[in-house]
Amino acid sequence: MNAQAALDIDVIKAIIGKSKTMPGAMLVILHEIQDAAGCIPPDAVPLIANGLNLSRAEVHGVITYYHHFRQQPAAKHVLKLCRAEACQAVGAAALAAHAKATLGCDFHENSADGVFTLEPVFCLGMCACGPSLMVNDAVVHARMSSGKFDALLQELRGMT
Amino acid sequence: MNVTIFVPRDSAALALGADQVGAAIRQEAARRRIEVSIVRNGSRGMFWLEPMVEVKTAQGRMAYGPVSTGDIASLFEANFLQGGEHPLSLGLTDEMPWLAKQQRLTFARVGITDPLSLDDYLAHEGYVGLRNALKLEPGQIVQQVADSGLRGRGGAAFPTGIKWKTVLAMQAVQKYIVCNADEGDSGTFSDRMLMEGDPFALIEGMTIAGLAVGSTQGYIYVRSEYPHAIVALNDAIATAYKKDYLGNNILGSGKAFCLQVTKGAGSYVCGEETALLESLEGKRGIVRAKPPLPALRGLFGQPTAINNVVTLATVPLILARGAAYYRDYGVGRSQGTLPFQLAGNIKQGGLVETAFGITLRALLYDFGGGTASGRPIRAVQVGGPLGAYLPAAQFDTVMDYEAFAAIGAGVGHGGMVVFDDSVDMAKQARYAMEFCALESCGKCTPCRIGSTRGVEVIDRLTAGEERDKQLHLLRDLCDTMSNGSLCAMGSMTPYPVLSALNYFPEDFELKSSR
Repeated sequence: MNAQAALDIDVIKAIIGKSKTMPGAMLVILHEIQDAAGCIPPDAVPLIANGLNLSRAEVHGVITYYHHFRQQPAAKHVLKLCRAEACQAVGAAALAAHAKATLGCDFHENSADGVFTLEPVFCLGMCACGPSLMVNDAVVHARMSSGKFDALLQELRGMT
Repeated sequence: MNVTIFVPRDSAALALGADQVGAAIRQEAARRRIEVSIVRNGSRGMFWLEPMVEVKTAQGRMAYGPVSTGDIASLFEANFLQGGEHPLSLGLTDEMPWLAKQQRLTFARVGITDPLSLDDYLAHEGYVGLRNALKLEPGQIVQQVADSGLRGRGGAAFPTGIKWKTVLAMQAVQKYIVCNADEGDSGTFSDRMLMEGDPFALIEGMTIAGLAVGSTQGYIYVRSEYPHAIVALNDAIATAYKKDYLGNNILGSGKAFCLQVTKGAGSYVCGEETALLESLEGKRGIVRAKPPLPALRGLFGQPTAINNVVTLATVPLILARGAAYYRDYGVGRSQGTLPFQLAGNIKQGGLVETAFGITLRALLYDFGGGTASGRPIRAVQVGGPLGAYLPAAQFDTVMDYEAFAAIGAGVGHGGMVVFDDSVDMAKQARYAMEFCALESCGKCTPCRIGSTRGVEVIDRLTAGEERDKQLHLLRDLCDTMSNGSLCAMGSMTPYPVLSALNYFPEDFELKSSR
């Protein structure tokens, strides 16, 4: 996940070739490319456009419309912090401020040490046990506090 | 002796350490040479007790919670495998008042069964509804759903039977069933719990919908923020195909229904049905003008029945037990049950499925136990980011669609977010506009531009700049958004804004003068 290296053109072509005849294939293809490459590399855009018989502008429009898709690779770990109301009610704003100060970056940016990307997210469905955050689109943590956030960073930094 | 232990796989339980608890139980059991079977069930919906571990005993399932890895040794010491007493003992799960007071129809199996086990599903009334539906004509299935009084649980509360009738009447080469599982409203998690905790119920409901309207292809559009739900659904769908509950010959009937999951990509407005259809087609999630309704021209231009997760997952029960059984719950035109969700600053947060007609106060205090912080409840936002903020004076309102409409609010998807007296309602109003600006699809001007202007007006208002003028401007802007927007995103953002302003005007005073 979040591989930094640009994805092989042949891999992208294979992903497109596999799904292009599916109705509404665009999102499926974009997800698969991002899961493999960590982002939608610029080189992929004309290939997708060609495969789906669309203009590059249309493909670009879809990529940039959705918050989930990124055009540059993220850092090693992506932290998505919930900013929505249920988490606000139990201190999400304070947690966000702590996260920004600790990581030395704002939302949509990489931490000063380049290990983390901080993103806002609007609801992870953990609304009875907030504040919550999700790591690398897979692992969810509930009832976060500043202390638990710091411990999580330690733990993630320890993973190589 | 092999003891069965239940450790939830619901993602909220996982977020509170359920996997680690399960592993620790397995390890401790191995160390003591005790054979245990660990079932990964859904959540019972009592999140202040998660991870809640249950043990199957002769008396019934005994609950313990909230369990952490540090409690495992002492639980074994207390002989919890035979239901022994422990400081974390909660007694028999079925007798816990919080659960016993509920009427779980749609959520009857959630937390009880292994969600990925078809056998378990079948042993708990699963696929009874589909078997009944296979004996009926499409029109008869639609009539059953219409007679049950079921209305769209996503928030719009449109009668499901009428929607299906419209799709059934259409002639088309291909009709579609689409499940809107883009549960983006903060304070709601019933769709997530159901997809993770009882995915076969949704699959069965969609299959019945297919038979009812004459569709052979279904899509479940799940938000990317719900990875565990996607895994559970895909697993259950694969099993259903293998056992002929999906595919070209459902249970040997010669009828076909195929189903697949499509993952969203983090756009809130894709929860709006026409934006969702655009997204399913692989385009930007831009709202379509209505008419035509999706029932007439929906996915890929074909007649489409698009329904919420809870709506579709309720259909099997209606077909299994009959329309009257479901209709007899509830009040007035709000028939059946709704899975309410208690969220935010609440002591006992979680899922309460009960018939319409309960008061907001009963949910907040009898079930919720007040705030988690111990301070007074000041405001409750009912129905997600587009729902009104209600003050204590409105807490005796009965939970039904019409009663809520009468006070200028909405039940929505049944979520309620509780705030204590430390909340700044001007900030919440500003956030509602900010969220709308961020998530607006951009198609219509009132929503796209109005939301940004709304943030600016609220900023000037709270800064004390020409207050009367700003107040007038804000109300005028909300009027334009309400009446001029294409979909609920723009037209309902005024609900949280104006309710905050009307019920909590003191928060909009100049900060320094308060």
